[in-house]
Amino acid sequence: MSMYAPLLVAIPFLAAFAMPLVGLVGERIRNSWVILAMLATVGAALLLVQEVLVNGTLVYSLGAVDSALTIPIDSGGVPIRIIFVIDAMSAFMVLTAAIMMFSVTLYSISSESKQTGQDGYYALLFLLMAGIFGMVTTGDLFNFFVFLEINSLAGAALASYRINKGFSVEGGLKYGFISAISAMMFLFAVGMLYGQYNSLNIAYIASVIEFTGLSLVAVVLMITSLAMKSGAVPMHFWTPDTYSSAPSSITALLIISSMACLYAIFRMAFSLFGLTMNVVTVGWVIIILGVLSMFIGVAMALPQKDVKRLMAYHSVSQIGYMLTGLGVGVAVLGDTTMMAEFGFVAMEGGIFHIINYALYKGLLFLIAGAVIYRCGTKNLNELGGLGHTMKWTMGFFIIAALAIAGIPPFNGFASKLMIYESVFIFNPFISVIAMVVSIMTLASFVKVFHSMFMGPRLPQFAEVKEVPLPMLIGMGLLAVLIILFGIFPDFVVKTIVEPAALAFIDQSGYIASVMGGV
Amino acid sequence: MIEQIPYIAIVLLAGIGIATILLKKNVIKMIMGLAIIEGSVNLFLVTLGYREGGIAPIFTDAPAGVMVLPTVQAMTVTNIVIGFATTALLLAFAMILYRYYGSVETNHIRRLRE
Repeated sequence: MSMYAPLLVAIPFLAAFAMPLVGLVGERIRNSWVILAMLATVGAALLLVQEVLVNGTLVYSLGAVDSALTIPIDSGGVPIRIIFVIDAMSAFMVLTAAIMMFSVTLYSISSESKQTGQDGYYALLFLLMAGIFGMVTTGDLFNFFVFLEINSLAGAALASYRINKGFSVEGGLKYGFISAISAMMFLFAVGMLYGQYNSLNIAYIASVIEFTGLSLVAVVLMITSLAMKSGAVPMHFWTPDTYSSAPSSITALLIISSMACLYAIFRMAFSLFGLTMNVVTVGWVIIILGVLSMFIGVAMALPQKDVKRLMAYHSVSQIGYMLTGLGVGVAVLGDTTMMAEFGFVAMEGGIFHIINYALYKGLLFLIAGAVIYRCGTKNLNELGGLGHTMKWTMGFFIIAALAIAGIPPFNGFASKLMIYESVFIFNPFISVIAMVVSIMTLASFVKVFHSMFMGPRLPQFAEVKEVPLPMLIGMGLLAVLIILFGIFPDFVVKTIVEPAALAFIDQSGYIASVMGGV
Repeated sequence: MIEQIPYIAIVLLAGIGIATILLKKNVIKMIMGLAIIEGSVNLFLVTLGYREGGIAPIFTDAPAGVMVLPTVQAMTVTNIVIGFATTALLLAFAMILYRYYGSVETNHIRRLRE
């Protein structure tokens, strides 16, 4: 029985709420406290992932005598306790979030060292992490909503943290509005499900759900609201503003929170509704959202001259790949032969792309942050010639840019190849669009590379030197993982991605793990 | 008919809230619209738990009979608290925006687009 699941939420909360007190003692002690809490959280996350990969799905119910006892003896077979369910897919998301948390915290220690209000910054950072860990591990719909709100409030406050003449507040206001509206829509859907099935437990609702009109409305509300928060195309307008105005380290974490919303879309589609909904229609809706996101994102990115805005549009485009890969999985969910032939590979590709995207996109934003930290501007027309002085940063940028464009041997290639091959059998047209989008991505990153690092040394950046060591370690960790994932994709797919995809397909296994084989 | 009135009110409130957010240009009014949507969701949750002639969901010394559902009430209380936090945060944003831009109209606060 695992104790790590509640620790994953408890440690960041403890760290966050102690932060103002610890901050009174002194800066050095506060920084050690931040690193200690970060190491404890990451350690708990890694131990949890290891335990899930060895023993299979874990269930932790809060307040039970035996924490595996989800259903009280006198409740008549209805799980009424609040539970954490960690299957292989949740473990995968926990791992992704833990890696990003490690590098972002290290990076922040030196990138924020000259700023004011660091106590609040770290407190909100830990709240954001607690929200993300809670969202990906919970097995209860209302608990999911509460963690979603913790995550959104902390995210909005962090996005507008450096007030900067009101620009960031503008981005934070948009994020706050979008989050609040999408959370209200999600709660409405939860209420509908509760009204019909008298439970908030995902596994219990999945075991009794029927395809009625109200369930249909609930599916639509849930998928729309979560797609809005993950930044898929018709609702993507907040991403460029928020991602470009937030501090760079925070943007890397906001990406993880949008990944957690993406995870939730597919948790609802596969584990909650499963085959009771019309999988072909829902799958195609998700695929169309994905293809539109891919194309519109990259087309909007090409003319940008603000480097963070350009990268933000690329994250819209990359989310399209994941939606397409997993959407194909939804569309062929009921069909065993099609699933074996290409659906499963498409899902694996989509899931593998989640961690790859988090790694290289996080690295790209951290690099943009490093450039802003030294040069103070993010306008591509003003930057130039940084390759002479910031050699490490330039090397990391080359790695990340080639990974996002899908060039071997970096990790973006491995997952994109899986998506291209499998989606080509499903519908060749989608696959062709995906390849064209990759080429356009490469084009826009060549432009960024050229205007940021190439050219003669500029007189206004004569004083610029390499960023401090903790920032380099934070970025270097991500760069090393990008290369490792690119060279050994088979190992990664076998160890973490395949169990995750299997966990998504196996709806009855998810129900059985909570309901005890009912 | 009388049973349907809460649901009609929910739809009306949600409609008013969404229309306020979409049509008004003043950020404070948009935050008010958000609060109205929250009100409609809260009303929806409470209505779900209502049982005619039900008693308060307290177990000790409760008279026999139908109980009003307790879970949705707990959810409503949580949602009110969360809504309070959201509104406070967004209003603080509006205040900072007014300080820097001199206005809370959405057509003035779009410098990021340029």
